[in-house]
Amino acid sequence: MLATIARRILYTLPIMLGVALVCFGLVHLAPGDPLISVLPPDASAELQKQLRTLYGFDRSLPEQFAGWIWRALQGDLGTSIASSRPVAAEVMRAVGNTLMLSACATAIGFFFGSLFGFVAGYFRDSVIDKAASFVSVLGVSVPHYWLGMVMVIVFSAQLGWLPATGAGPDGSGSWAWNWAHMQHLLLPAITMSVIPMGVIARTVRALVAEILAQEFVVGLRARGLTEFGVFRHVVKNVAPTALAVMGLQLGYLLGGSILIETVFSWPGTGFLLNSAIFQRDLPLLQGTILVLATFFVLLNVVVDILQSLLDPRISRG
Amino acid sequence: MSQVISTAKTTPLLEVRGLLKHFPIAGKTLSWGKSKVSVQAVDDISFTVMAGETLGIVGESGCGKSTTARLLMHLINPGAGEIVFDGTPVGSAALPLKAFHRQVQMVFQDSYSSLNPRLTIEESIAFAPQVHGTPKRESIQRARDLLSRVGLEPRRFAARYPHELSGGQRQRVNIARALALQPRVVILDEAVSALDKSVEAQVLNLLQDLKDEFGLTYVFISHDLNVVRYISDRVMVMYLGKIVEMGQTEAIFRDASHPYSQALLASMPALDPDDRTEIPPLAGDPPNPINPPSGCRFHTRCAAAESVCSQRAPGLAPTSENHVVSCLMFEADSGHTRATTQKVAA
Amino acid sequence: MTTSAMTAANAPFEKSPGFWASVWRRFKRDKTAMFAAAMIFTLLFIAVFGPWLAPADPYQASMLKRLKPIGFEGYWLGTDELGRDMVSRLLVGTRLSLFIGITPVVLAFVLGSLIGVFAGYIGGPVNTVVMRTIDVFYAFPSVLLAIALSGTLGAGITNALISLTIVFIPPIARVAEAVTAQVRGRDFVEAARASGANAFTIVRVHVLGNVLGPIFVYATSLIAVSMILASGLSFLGLGVKPPEPEWGLMLNTLRTAIYSQPWVAALPGLMIFITSISFNMLADGLRSAMDVKS
Repeated sequence: MLATIARRILYTLPIMLGVALVCFGLVHLAPGDPLISVLPPDASAELQKQLRTLYGFDRSLPEQFAGWIWRALQGDLGTSIASSRPVAAEVMRAVGNTLMLSACATAIGFFFGSLFGFVAGYFRDSVIDKAASFVSVLGVSVPHYWLGMVMVIVFSAQLGWLPATGAGPDGSGSWAWNWAHMQHLLLPAITMSVIPMGVIARTVRALVAEILAQEFVVGLRARGLTEFGVFRHVVKNVAPTALAVMGLQLGYLLGGSILIETVFSWPGTGFLLNSAIFQRDLPLLQGTILVLATFFVLLNVVVDILQSLLDPRISRG
Repeated sequence: MSQVISTAKTTPLLEVRGLLKHFPIAGKTLSWGKSKVSVQAVDDISFTVMAGETLGIVGESGCGKSTTARLLMHLINPGAGEIVFDGTPVGSAALPLKAFHRQVQMVFQDSYSSLNPRLTIEESIAFAPQVHGTPKRESIQRARDLLSRVGLEPRRFAARYPHELSGGQRQRVNIARALALQPRVVILDEAVSALDKSVEAQVLNLLQDLKDEFGLTYVFISHDLNVVRYISDRVMVMYLGKIVEMGQTEAIFRDASHPYSQALLASMPALDPDDRTEIPPLAGDPPNPINPPSGCRFHTRCAAAESVCSQRAPGLAPTSENHVVSCLMFEADSGHTRATTQKVAA
Repeated sequence: MTTSAMTAANAPFEKSPGFWASVWRRFKRDKTAMFAAAMIFTLLFIAVFGPWLAPADPYQASMLKRLKPIGFEGYWLGTDELGRDMVSRLLVGTRLSLFIGITPVVLAFVLGSLIGVFAGYIGGPVNTVVMRTIDVFYAFPSVLLAIALSGTLGAGITNALISLTIVFIPPIARVAEAVTAQVRGRDFVEAARASGANAFTIVRVHVLGNVLGPIFVYATSLIAVSMILASGLSFLGLGVKPPEPEWGLMLNTLRTAIYSQPWVAALPGLMIFITSISFNMLADGLRSAMDVKS
């Protein structure tokens, strides 16, 4: 058991190295001089040279990579060119906001998705099933940034019930557990939950239908197990996979939040990415991508391990 | 059975010397580097197949028969040992693999998965000749001829797909496919095991007819002793990767020498109440091919086992003309109390 | 030969429909799938003939006619923030939107299949190296990778196509490798090897016919995602550049209008939505039609 976990974690290390390499290389794909965004157009050669050395752009690529990794492991992701603040601090603050949003969205999506999926699976091929399946297809197909716009239009512009942008009143960038902040959270979270809801609904429906059709269920009923007993049985079988899918969806939301955060001006990592790209703030870009990718990889590892713990069918080693 | 005259002077068509195949298992530990644990599927076996005969290979699951088949076909590379075809080593300059494959072909057990579901029957059969340079039209014609020969009317079957045929019909197609290159040896790996009994009988008779018509040599692998008895001239019994007994069919079936062969034969279900066994002939579970017992591999389940059996592995000792046994009881001066220079009645 | 003998000799062989023919037959019976196919056909038609179907010039701006509502005289679906006719922009935009959505998947299908089939057939250490490299890219969430690549390469259609293709190669390669490895283990491939054929011939004759189908179905299911992502890139300003009509870009430029002309502003997204649903339904129908067991 421990060996399986240890092997899984060990296996992640080369992946992480690859990811770091890609993050680093990505940014150096960028055409143009990274220093441009910082320099005034008429900067002297002297100033250019100083800044270049300061940011480490004058050393060879492998050197830069090694140095970057080394510092990253110690928690130093460099300094943002645009804001001159430490990247790590900016990213961590933003990650908190995105995590809050993504977690809420995933929870909502999981709840409703499982509900629809169960209902559809139990009443397979009936009108209810077709309706629920249709709704999940819709969920999976919707362009979420457009949905966000529509939500803003309906609930904010037209009805005025909920605020359109920001994480808190007066554009505050930090979180607090009060109704004012919740109001800001509601629209983006619901918008974000639609795709996970669709994915989970489809997965759960397929699993439930498959399990109910299996012969051992007939055997259970024949032996006098109540419907509720059968239901619990189905839940036990569906849970590991459903939870795994939920975990993965959380990862996707974390990494792919930029579109929704742009629509709602939510001060999360996506928003940060956006500014980093348009301001060509390479340290910030690198740092943000690295953190998000790392989160995603770690999440995958955790999901894998949990799944092998919960699902006895998956071979242990 | 067709008459086979085998004298020691005739060159065997196929000769196997010291064939060995161990499959390493993907490491269950964290250690890097080659895993020391392996499945000893086939462990140093040697035998011959004479031209025109049918050699039956029997044994329980895991004894290594299928691996032997694949080694004979050179579908997997042996860890050690060599195969000699008609006096020429296989894989040498005189007999490269591709040429060897023209001579030796195989029919697999699962009739469905042996056929490409996307190709028509005649395309499947015509594939091998085309690979060897026969033009397409001629290959298709040969395919149709072979279909007739195996009892499937080309008009009805040539342009069909595998899933439209029954198991027996598919197996006939597989036989036709094996014959497409006009080989001299056909290896049949559990070829009739998956068929219904009545169909099995038809296919067996077909195999006999084809053998007579084309002068083929068969290696017939099966776990079904009745079938092997019916079709084979000689039989080879395998256990845990080793040959335990080999000889003429009737000699083995009427009067097996090796304790394992005896147990195997005794466990065949019989309709005659007098023939039925009450006592299970074999004690214990079949051991693990990953960690075979030391010395004679059968000693853990053998009623006649003695301490020397766990220390020394027996070779193949002759008990009479064309009959060898791998048991210390038949090796002179082996240390076993029952070892003499004469054959001991079981 | 007598006439009757000749007729007998030339009598047609009993043929059965091939694999794709039976897939098509099953597909035809699925009403939802056929409906989706019709929708997509319509969209493709519009994509090709858009410029001729459009009632007005999609680039023709008019400061006087900015942000007119739906149903405005002469402009059925209103005008955008620069006074351009929405109907024309939406119709002509079909071409670009479909193009940047479908092309990356097509390219990724070709490249991903090449990589995956190669790795799947070869097996062994080569397979491990190739697939681990693919896994590194697979370790990124797709949106993040697309944006990161696009962001660093810069805006523009070509860059967007490149980054999206790179995003979709890993999942397709993985599926290709898995299916190929599975087919390779089957007896008929072993039989083909036993007949002395070389690897190329075996892959061409025996493997491809059996793996391209499932890979293709998987790729089809990615088109909807690709469309949303591609338009999303334009929405962020990373894909198509103005003044080209493209639905995602139109959503971007119309964002400021959500308070003044909300329904006009929402229209381009509706087009993306409809297209995405159609492709998803098509992919579902294709998958069911190919599932021989059902």
